[in-house]
Amino acid sequence: MQKSYFEKIDETLISEVLPNGLKINIIPKPQFSKSFAMFATNYGGADRRFKLADRWIDTPAGVAHFLEHKMFDMPDGNALNVLSSRGASPNAFTSSGITAYYFESTNSFEENLRTLLSFVSTPYFTPESVQKEQGIIGQEIRMVEDNPSYVVYNNLMRCLYAENPVRDSVAGTVESIAEITHETLYHCHKVFYNPSNMTLSVVGNVDPESVIKMALEMLPVEPGEVPERDYGGKETSLPHQSEISASMEVSAPQFLFGAKLEPKKSGKARLRQMITGEIALRLLMGLSSPFFTRLYADGLLNNSFEYELDYTAGTAMILAGGESKNVEGVMNEFRSEIAKIASEGLSAELFENTRKSYYGSQLRILGSFSALSQSLADGAFADYCPLDAFEEINSISLSDVQNFIMENFTPEKLALSVISPL
Amino acid sequence: MNSSTELIMPNVVLTCLQTTKFKTGCLSINLLTPLNRETASKNALIPMVLCRGTSSLPDMAAISSRLDSLYGARIKPVVRKKGEIQVIGLYANFADEAFIPEESSILEQITSLMGEMLLMPRTQSGLFLREYVESERDKLLELIRGRINDKRAYSMQRLFELMCAMEDYSTDRLGTESEAENITAAELTQHYHSVLASSPIEVFYCGSAAPSRVKAALISALAPLPRSNEDPEDMGTDIRMNSLEEKPRYFEDEMQVTQGKLAIGFRLGSCMEDPDPASIRVFNAVYGGCVTSKLFMNVREKLSLCYFASSSADLHKGILAVSSGIEFDKYDAALSEILSQLEAVRRGDISEQELSAAKSSVASDYRTVEDSPVALEDFYLNQALIGPDHSPSELAALVEEVTADEVVQIAKGVECDAIYFLRGLKEDN
Repeated sequence: MQKSYFEKIDETLISEVLPNGLKINIIPKPQFSKSFAMFATNYGGADRRFKLADRWIDTPAGVAHFLEHKMFDMPDGNALNVLSSRGASPNAFTSSGITAYYFESTNSFEENLRTLLSFVSTPYFTPESVQKEQGIIGQEIRMVEDNPSYVVYNNLMRCLYAENPVRDSVAGTVESIAEITHETLYHCHKVFYNPSNMTLSVVGNVDPESVIKMALEMLPVEPGEVPERDYGGKETSLPHQSEISASMEVSAPQFLFGAKLEPKKSGKARLRQMITGEIALRLLMGLSSPFFTRLYADGLLNNSFEYELDYTAGTAMILAGGESKNVEGVMNEFRSEIAKIASEGLSAELFENTRKSYYGSQLRILGSFSALSQSLADGAFADYCPLDAFEEINSISLSDVQNFIMENFTPEKLALSVISPL
Repeated sequence: MNSSTELIMPNVVLTCLQTTKFKTGCLSINLLTPLNRETASKNALIPMVLCRGTSSLPDMAAISSRLDSLYGARIKPVVRKKGEIQVIGLYANFADEAFIPEESSILEQITSLMGEMLLMPRTQSGLFLREYVESERDKLLELIRGRINDKRAYSMQRLFELMCAMEDYSTDRLGTESEAENITAAELTQHYHSVLASSPIEVFYCGSAAPSRVKAALISALAPLPRSNEDPEDMGTDIRMNSLEEKPRYFEDEMQVTQGKLAIGFRLGSCMEDPDPASIRVFNAVYGGCVTSKLFMNVREKLSLCYFASSSADLHKGILAVSSGIEFDKYDAALSEILSQLEAVRRGDISEQELSAAKSSVASDYRTVEDSPVALEDFYLNQALIGPDHSPSELAALVEEVTADEVVQIAKGVECDAIYFLRGLKEDN
C-alpha cells in the first residue's frame, strides 16, 4: 500500500496493485457523508477484434455496451435493485475505450462495494434475458438517433477515423446487436473482465485498508491474460474525410469540429500532453480567449460552445463545437486565429492567466467524486497519477503550448460535422 | 454543517454555510420576481446582459480575464423557475483561498466584482449598451428556439404549457419567443431598475470564510443597491389542488422523431394543503422517482414498454409529472401501465422492500446535498421560498419516519390532469 500526501491540495492518495494485477486508487474524504466507487475495465466499444491464444477473434459492434447492461443481472436478483434498495445510486457507462460500473452512497459503503465487486466479476446471462435486452438497447439506440449532439459526434468520428472502430457507435446498431448471444457475452466477459485489465477507484468517507482487503478477498486470484487488440490499420494524422453534414429537427445548425493527435501512450508524458493540450484549448477557445469573446460578441457563437481533449481506445483527439447560425464563419475565424498565433506567437500574459484558470478548474474536479474517480481510472489504465497535475502544471511552458497548437490545429487536420435544421 | 441566516440590508437575506469541506466556494445573489408571460423574457435577459460588461470591465474578455486571474473563478447568469417565482441572478464559484497560497482575498474580490456586475453595468447615456442587449437577446432567442433540440425536456415543457395554460406556471423560465423578440435596450434598462429596486434578494455563500467576513464584503459590494424600506410586493405560487376538467385533457404534437415522448401531468392534490416534503418525496420515489420505483420496475424492466419512465414532483407548484420515451405504437400500453401503477400505490400495493428502498433513496439524496455547494445553494433557495426550516440531514432523518399509509394517502389525492404525446409525423407511421 502506497500512501502519498499532496500538500498543496491537502489530499491523500492510497495506491495498491494487487497480486492479481488489479490497480486500486483511493482518496479518503472523511468530512463527506457520501462515498463513490468505480470498478472499470479497459474494454470498450472499439475493442471488437482481439487476439487470444494466437487466434484473432471478431465480435459484433455493441458487445461491451450490451455487457454493461447485462452485468447487473445476478443469479439471485438484480444488482441495480440490490444497491438501490440500500439507497445507493448505481450506474454504468461504456465509452469506446472503457466500461465502468459505479455507485454513490451515504451508508452501507462496504456492503455496496461488496455487491459492486461481486456483480461485475460474476457473469450471468440467459438466452431469454439477452433477447429481452435486445429490445431495450434497440430503444436506446433509437433514442440517441433523435439526439443532435450524439449524431453530430458520431458523424465526426466517421470523418476523423478511417479504420479505428471508434468511428462506430459504442452501442452498435439494431442489426449488430441482433448477432449478440449469451455465449458472446460470456466469452467477452472472460476475456476482458480479468483483474489485470481492470481498476478500482474509490473517493469518499472510507477506510482504505478494508477496501483493499475486500478486493483481495473477493476477486479472482489469477490475473488473466490481457488480450492484444486490433484497431484496424494505422491512421494518418489527417482526417479520413474533411466534412460531413446531416439534417435533423433542430432549431439552428449544430456543429463539431476536431483533429486527431498522436497520443502519448502513458506515464508522465501522457499527463504532460494532457495538461499542455487542455491549456492550449482553454487559451485558444476558452471564455476569455480572443477567439471566443469575438465570435460571441459577433453572434457566431453562444454559450453552448464547448471543447475537450479526449483519449480513448488508443486514440487522442481535440473536439470543439456548439451551435451557430454561420458554421463556415466560425471555421474561417478559427483558421485565421491559428494563422495569427503562427505569425505573432502567444501572449505571455494570456498564458499565465490561462494556467491559473486551469489550476482552478482542476481544483473543481477534486470536489466531484465521479469526475475524480474517473480520472483515477483513466490514470490507472495509462499509468499516470492525475493529482500530479497540480505540480506538473508549473513546468509547462508557453512554448510547449505554442508547439502543441502549431502541431495539431493546422487547417488540413481539421474535420467538421454539421447538423442543419430540416 | 450549520447554516446562519441574517437580514443584511432591507429585503436582502444572507444565508451562510461555513465549512472547510470544499476546495471551491460559491456565492450567489438572487433576485426574486413574479413569473409571468409579460416579463419572463425581460427578467431572463437581465443577468445575461449584466455579464457582458461593467463600468470598469467594459467587455466579456475583460471580465473573463479578470476571473481567470482569480484562478479560474466563474460568474454565471442564472435564471430559475421556482413554482411561479422567477429567480434571476449571478452565481459565482471560485477556488477556496486555503488552496491558493498566493491569494488571501479571493472572496472579497469576487464579491466586489459581482456587486459591480449587478449594479454598475456598462451603459451609454444611462441605458444598457444596445449592442449587448441585442446580442444577448438573440442568444436568448436561440436558447428558446433550441428547446426543441432536447425532445425529452421539450415534451415536459409542452405538457406544463398546455396543462397550466391558465396559470403563470405555463410560462417557461426563459419566457417566450414573441416577448423576447421585441425587447429594446431602453425598455430593458427601465425594467432592470424597477426589478433591482423592488425585488427581495436572497444571497447564499458556502465556503471557509466566516459569516461576518462575507457580510462585510457584501455590504460594501452592494452599497449602491436601491432599497426601499417598504415591504416588497406579495409573491408566491398559486397551488391548484384539482385537475381542470373531470377527465384528463389530451394533447399531441408531431415532429420528425424516431421515438415518441409521453408526458403526463398530475396535481398532487390535498397533500399540498400542508405539504410535507419528506413524505411527498417518498411517494414520488415509490411511484417513479428512483430505479426501484414501480414505473422503472414495471413499465421499463418487466414489460419493456419504454427506454425510460420516471416521475418528478414539483413541491413549489404541487405538480407530479411522468416522462417516458416510447415507440409510437406502444402509446396505449405505456399510458395504461403508467396510470395503473399509480392505482397500485393508491390501493396500498406497496411492499416493505419498495418502501424501504424508496426511503433510502430519498434520504440519501438529502444527505448528499451536504456534499455539494451547488446542491446546497439550490436547497437553501428552495427553503427560503417554501420552507420548511430543516437542514438536509434533518430531512433525511424525517424520511426514515414516513409510513406506507402516508404514501397511500398522498397517492389518493393525486389527480391526472393532462396527457401530452410528442409523436412522429403521421406519414412516417
